[in-house]
Amino acid sequence: MIQQIHFFVIAPPLVLALAAGLVLLLDAFLPAGRRTTVGLGLVSLAGVLIALGFVVAQAARGGRTLATFCVPDALARATGASGPAGGQEAAGGTGLCSFVADRFTLIFAGLVLVAAVVIVLMSMTELAGGGIPVGEWYFLLLCTLVGAVTLPASRDLIMLVVALELVSLPVFALTALKRYDGRSSEAAIKLFLVSVVSTAIMLFGVSLLYGVTGSVHLSRIAAVLSGASPPPVAFAPTLEAAHGLPAVVTVGVVLVAAGFGFKIAAVPFHAWAPDVYQGAPIPVAALLSVISKAAGFAGLILLLVTALAGQATTWSPIIAIVAALTMTAGNLLAMRQRSAVRLLAWSSVAQSGYILAPIAVASRPGASGDALLSGAVGASVAYLVIYAAMNLGAFAVVMTVSRTATRNELDDYRGLAFRSPVAALALAFCLICLAGLPPGLAGLFAKIVVFRELVDGGSGWLAVVMAVNTVIGLYYYVLWAGRLFTPTPAVTAARRPFPATWVAAGLAVALAVVFSVAPQLVLDLATASG
Amino acid sequence: MMGWLPVALLAVPLLGALLLLISPALLRPVLRGYGLAFSGVTLALAVVLAATFDYAQAARPQLTVDQPWIPGLGLRFHLGVDGISLPLVVLTALLTFLCFAYLSWGDARAPGQLLTPATGRPRALVFTLLVLEVGMIGTFLALDLLLFFVFFEVVLIPMYFLIAIWGGKGRRGASIKFILYTLLGSVVMLLGLLLIWAQTGTLDIVALSQAHGAGMSRGVQVLAFAAVGIGLAVKTPMWPLHTWLPDAHTEAPTVGSVLLAGVLLKMGTYGFARIAIPILPEGAVVIAPWLGALAVVGIVYGSLACLAQRDLKRMIAYSSVGHMGFVLLGFATLTTVGINGALFANVAHGLITGLLFFLAGAIKERYGTADMPSLGGGMLAILPHLGAVLTFAAIASLGIPGLAGFWGEMLALLGAFQPAAALPRGLFLVFMAIGGLGAVLTAAYFLVMLSRVTHGRPARPALSLAATHPAPAVAVAGPEETGSGAAESQPEELGAGAAESQPEEFGAAEPWPEEGRRPAEVIETEPSAPKAEAMRDIRGYELVAWVPLIVLILLFGLWPKLLLSLTTPAVQTLLGALS
Repeated sequence: MIQQIHFFVIAPPLVLALAAGLVLLLDAFLPAGRRTTVGLGLVSLAGVLIALGFVVAQAARGGRTLATFCVPDALARATGASGPAGGQEAAGGTGLCSFVADRFTLIFAGLVLVAAVVIVLMSMTELAGGGIPVGEWYFLLLCTLVGAVTLPASRDLIMLVVALELVSLPVFALTALKRYDGRSSEAAIKLFLVSVVSTAIMLFGVSLLYGVTGSVHLSRIAAVLSGASPPPVAFAPTLEAAHGLPAVVTVGVVLVAAGFGFKIAAVPFHAWAPDVYQGAPIPVAALLSVISKAAGFAGLILLLVTALAGQATTWSPIIAIVAALTMTAGNLLAMRQRSAVRLLAWSSVAQSGYILAPIAVASRPGASGDALLSGAVGASVAYLVIYAAMNLGAFAVVMTVSRTATRNELDDYRGLAFRSPVAALALAFCLICLAGLPPGLAGLFAKIVVFRELVDGGSGWLAVVMAVNTVIGLYYYVLWAGRLFTPTPAVTAARRPFPATWVAAGLAVALAVVFSVAPQLVLDLATASG
Repeated sequence: MMGWLPVALLAVPLLGALLLLISPALLRPVLRGYGLAFSGVTLALAVVLAATFDYAQAARPQLTVDQPWIPGLGLRFHLGVDGISLPLVVLTALLTFLCFAYLSWGDARAPGQLLTPATGRPRALVFTLLVLEVGMIGTFLALDLLLFFVFFEVVLIPMYFLIAIWGGKGRRGASIKFILYTLLGSVVMLLGLLLIWAQTGTLDIVALSQAHGAGMSRGVQVLAFAAVGIGLAVKTPMWPLHTWLPDAHTEAPTVGSVLLAGVLLKMGTYGFARIAIPILPEGAVVIAPWLGALAVVGIVYGSLACLAQRDLKRMIAYSSVGHMGFVLLGFATLTTVGINGALFANVAHGLITGLLFFLAGAIKERYGTADMPSLGGGMLAILPHLGAVLTFAAIASLGIPGLAGFWGEMLALLGAFQPAAALPRGLFLVFMAIGGLGAVLTAAYFLVMLSRVTHGRPARPALSLAATHPAPAVAVAGPEETGSGAAESQPEELGAGAAESQPEEFGAAEPWPEEGRRPAEVIETEPSAPKAEAMRDIRGYELVAWVPLIVLILLFGLWPKLLLSLTTPAVQTLLGALS
């Protein structure tokens, strides 16, 4: 039986993979030099933009959800799958398909690719400094993007794990590419160890789930666990032994959640974040804090809300507690930081907590229908999209400053408003957005959406914890923002940074401004199909 | 048909701020007139608003705009004015304009006028004040819960920068305290608002007020009222939550203090009248006794704290706590009389305390300090006009009949005499008695302040002498230029009189014989402290800023019906189910 591949559906990751190969080839054959460096950056940028074009085309096409890599009808029936399975275009993912380009996928792919544009632009500045092999850098970056675009489209466990590894593995190398830099190597080792451990834990959980349900497809796992679909004969005794579900399912759920917890730097798996962020080149830190995190959240949401919706009583309280701890720990530790990147690292841990919070109420009784992009998950996704814009903006400006102040401490930002008013205003705006105060309305509305879901979902205590955290967060954001406008006696002449960084910062800040004026754009994206 | 008016009220200052951001170089030469022009246009629009307002129907929102903004959140851009918000909108526009007038009238080179490049970073200041104005006016116009919240938050960042950049020596701590405190309050308020939304499914203030709490159980109402009330109480500020206020006021520049006292505090009390009481009537009945109790504690505490202050700005700041206590007591009665009184006191406090802070700023610029013992008395002799205006403002603030400060407090106490039927009358009678005591204390500290600052023999600022004369009496009298005979007896007399009322200050003044052991503030201000002869009385720009306030204080004092007729119908509507 020949597997039909719907190439239009997989075009975005395909284009990125091709671009990655092209970059590696060009790097091998073109003479090393400044023009090649810029050229490779432009090729990568073009690849990202074309992939983005495909995502937009898929989104604009509308109509039925696209899917590919499906289990053929005959086979599906043989294994006892229900519903009209198979075919290249399954409606609403009832069939057993591994790659589905639905609204959820497209939002995440779009988010990842737009963030990638900013990060490629930041990379161009980073690489212009020399000392980092260019071809390898862009190759690894594009590989990560392939994984990040594939992950939200994955609808089976194998694909999910493979995509997640594809996101993680190149990042170790990217972190370590700044050769002969102790900090950088340390960061890479830390990231490597943490990531490998988390993958092992998650794989164990995944294997348990597979063992219980006999399927790797998320929708089928959900069906088996909820009892709607009979478990495969070989596995039946396990499930029937103690009517309902054996404890092994709970263990599997917890292990899988823990594995993703590492990726999104949730407490208690958060400790790697600041060291790695600080050691890695700034574009990689931005990548970790936005793209890698978005991929982690996509996977977590897919698993919990699609496959394990019936297990909500198990994971809801865990997620709620983890969210509360994550935001609290992140904010408290961020208050003590002196280094700009470390502060952003802890703040991004805290923001993870805010994004995680609504997932805890995602499958409360009454929330039926399409679970992905229901109100609560929509709130998470909306927050993630807005967070990406404002965090990238902050990283881009931090990067321009790091060109003049190598230590990049908060005190280096004193009086930035007088040296470089535009950068200071952009950074101040992003920080106030992250704090969630006007005029950074994007951050404010993102928080309101989350608060609303929490209050509506009956998790009042979590809302209160988050409220207190918002205030703690404001403390360090505002102190940093205030520093920008404090006059300094000694004014150092600012070196002109590479123009690409300005484009990157401009793009991110422009998005944050647009989201501030019209948050409806994000909310439409994230919740309309709920 | 006139719906553009509220939008224009917001758009004009916003446009001014944005233009400033876009083309800084072009506007630099005209910066002084710039802020004045934009706030002037806003004031003109506010006057037009007051003129087109249909006074026969003051109870319902007029000139409304209602556009969907963020359907995903159910947030509508819903603006409008009624009898409650109209006076506050006009007050805001007026005070902002007066602040700009104060900053930029005349040559704009005086110490308090920050619009000179050397002292003030004028562009940033104008920008900040215009953004602040957008937030303040927006809060009073908003008729959507979330929109109200957004505008409520808009003021935080500009006010933070106003204190943190142009403030006094302790500005850093004060500004952080201000913003964290108020944000904590407003986040709690947001949770309360979202609870209301979750229960009723709408954010429309008009619809919610008409429903009078229908659709929410008693428990939910109490919880929501507590959450919203805490947020508003921080801003107001109510007694145990007031501690950010004295620092913020003391450190803020003059215009910052004026707007903080004149408008920002009103946003808290306005929230009670607009949201908490009409939307959550059952919650209000349950919590009102607590609110009343905290309000009277605030009145007494504020007055006692004022008696202990030696810094003029700090004293006025604490007096705000006391005055806001009267406002909250008025709200707590849940009667038309009480709430009317509260709203009246609100506006009156904005005018009077605004004026007082202008005066405190002017005094601080002239003497180089606002420390009352250091000021040394005799202002009426040295600066007769300034002293006279200060006396006027202090007397207005302590609530003399015939001036604006009287009616609000009187009505609030009257409301407490006969509270709403659902409330325990005996308790409110006690509140009234304590509140009355507080009114007496208010008179006491203002009179003490006047006796210290305006009366007595003119004296040079005492601190220049303190270094040479360790004796305590020196702190209040400098006999050098006043002649021999009188000077002999004067120090003892004054010293004895003052020593009784302010032993603490002398305790502090005594160990100052050496330069090095004085408090840092005094050391730094001393060299610039001008001599009495060099000080000038009220100047043109100050007169421009103060005269409208004085006129309005007199007007509302003599003709309170002007304001009360506006608020009464609206209050009757908002009480709806209760009255």
